[in-house]
Amino acid sequence: MERPAPQQARAEDLGADSAGIGFVLERERLQAKRRRRWRHIVSCYAYLLPLLINLVFLSAGPVLYSFFISFTNWQIVLPPVWVGMRNYTEQLSSPVFWKVMWNTFYYTLGYVPLNMIVSLAMAIFVNQQLPGISFFRSLYFLPVVSSGVAVALVWGWIYHPTFGVLNWLLDAAFGIQGPRWLSDPHWAMPALVILGVWRSMGSNMIIFLAGLQGIPQELYEAARIDGAGRAAEIRHVTLPLLTPTIFFVLTMSIIGSFQVWEATYLLTQGGPARATLTISYYIYQQAFEWFHMGIGACLAYILFFIVALITLIQFRLQRRWVFYR
Amino acid sequence: MVLAISVRTRARIRFAVRAAVTYTVLLILGLITAVPFIWMLVSSLKQPGRLFIYPPEWIPNPPRFENYVELTQKMPFLVFFGNSLKIAILTTIGQLLSCSLAAYAFARFEFPGKGPLFAVTLSCLMVPYQVVLIPVFAIFNKLGLMDRQVVLWGPAFTGSAFGVFLLRQFFMTLPGELEDAALIDGASRFDIYWRIFLPLSQPALTTLAIFTFMGSWNDLLGPVLYLQSKHKMTLTVGLAMLSHQWGATPWHLLMAGSVISVLPILIVYIVGQRYFVQGIVMTGLKL
Repeated sequence: MERPAPQQARAEDLGADSAGIGFVLERERLQAKRRRRWRHIVSCYAYLLPLLINLVFLSAGPVLYSFFISFTNWQIVLPPVWVGMRNYTEQLSSPVFWKVMWNTFYYTLGYVPLNMIVSLAMAIFVNQQLPGISFFRSLYFLPVVSSGVAVALVWGWIYHPTFGVLNWLLDAAFGIQGPRWLSDPHWAMPALVILGVWRSMGSNMIIFLAGLQGIPQELYEAARIDGAGRAAEIRHVTLPLLTPTIFFVLTMSIIGSFQVWEATYLLTQGGPARATLTISYYIYQQAFEWFHMGIGACLAYILFFIVALITLIQFRLQRRWVFYR
Repeated sequence: MVLAISVRTRARIRFAVRAAVTYTVLLILGLITAVPFIWMLVSSLKQPGRLFIYPPEWIPNPPRFENYVELTQKMPFLVFFGNSLKIAILTTIGQLLSCSLAAYAFARFEFPGKGPLFAVTLSCLMVPYQVVLIPVFAIFNKLGLMDRQVVLWGPAFTGSAFGVFLLRQFFMTLPGELEDAALIDGASRFDIYWRIFLPLSQPALTTLAIFTFMGSWNDLLGPVLYLQSKHKMTLTVGLAMLSHQWGATPWHLLMAGSVISVLPILIVYIVGQRYFVQGIVMTGLKL
């Protein structure tokens, strides 16, 4: 800011020509300013260069590219052929697609409530000042950090129809003859639900725990003075104040439940009799086993649409039942 | 007086009952969590023949550590381990560098296009990964990068929406006076990033590093899609291959492999536990 001032003063001293020279100097000043500004912008974008590459080639760009692919017939070797809405109309009228949608819905319906109840209960029990509590917290979080492959494999072994631990337990403790789990069309999906809940309950517990610790202690004291027992405390203080967290976990769990792939790939591959063929695995099958890229992209976009719709509905509902302080 | 004592006694009894109930529930949940891991370890040490016994044995008698040796003979598991480690380390370095650069620009610079660019980055967090999978696969295929490990760690050097968001949130909390002081001392913007922001952001960087490492180490889909040669494969895909082999499933080997794949993350988890919790809370990331 200091340099331009003397220049201006000099321009005025030059008398008759001052207007012309002043104009030139003014233009140079502006140019210098513009150059500095350009240099600033360029250096900003230099910091962002990796991210720009990511957006164009690996995230935002591919989102658009995928939309285009979904209107083509493309088997990767030959160039894509435009087919208009055919992939969409074919999928929407295919019984396999509706079976897949039902399976996905079934998984979500089992996974989400069970996950939320268990992880909320965990969080409430772990949110107490008792010796040894941090040990349990760490323990509950362990399945979250373990590799999905290891977790799926050990559950596959636990579900073994004759020598698995689960059926032995059912027999020894309750005298129940356990099902064939992963090879029984009726029980394969519940088996994957149990595995999914077991894997992720720890991560939702942490989110609930953070929510619980945000509730001011005075409210509990007030409730206790009013004669509330433990159950009444949970019902009238904890749950209402936890609704933002519950809402968040609910949305994330529903969306997360659409993405189950690893356990399916390792244990059932969509079977038996398509009983565990969910949208995520169906997309993988179409695109990377059969190389139907167009159909895969079309299915991915249908999933995208459902996820967007659910997010939208939940944000609408949120106004009605979520209690923000 | 008698009344006072009885009230206190009652309170004490109530506390004891509550603690007993709590510990019982915690213990049951703890068993549910721990038993699969214990079963994994136990099964990995059993004689192959003793696996298929009813009722199951909970103590391998005698323990057979040779299972782990057999695993490395059956498949190049040491190579897999090395590949997993290499890919995870490169991915972590890439993420830390590229995400922190972008996050620094978003947190501290004003420039045209900043708002829309950040909005696009954030909206990428909401897109299901399947949408991006097919075009990215097509791009890598076109570039002739099939069966190359670089496909798995290279993209990390371009950052990720999650990492940029996490680090930007942290950078925003750093006081501006620090930079003013450094600027007066003649430091460049890059000096500030490299010598002030990065060292001060160690907690956020550690959180991102741990999550990236874990995600890469545990990744199965990437290696399944892109790797074909055996000597390039990672631990996860090696285990998947072993489990998909025709014939009787070698459970003792699968469990040994699982133990090996869980162990490094377990160590990282025990050392850096608070960063895991921090990361989950900060972002609500679903794993």
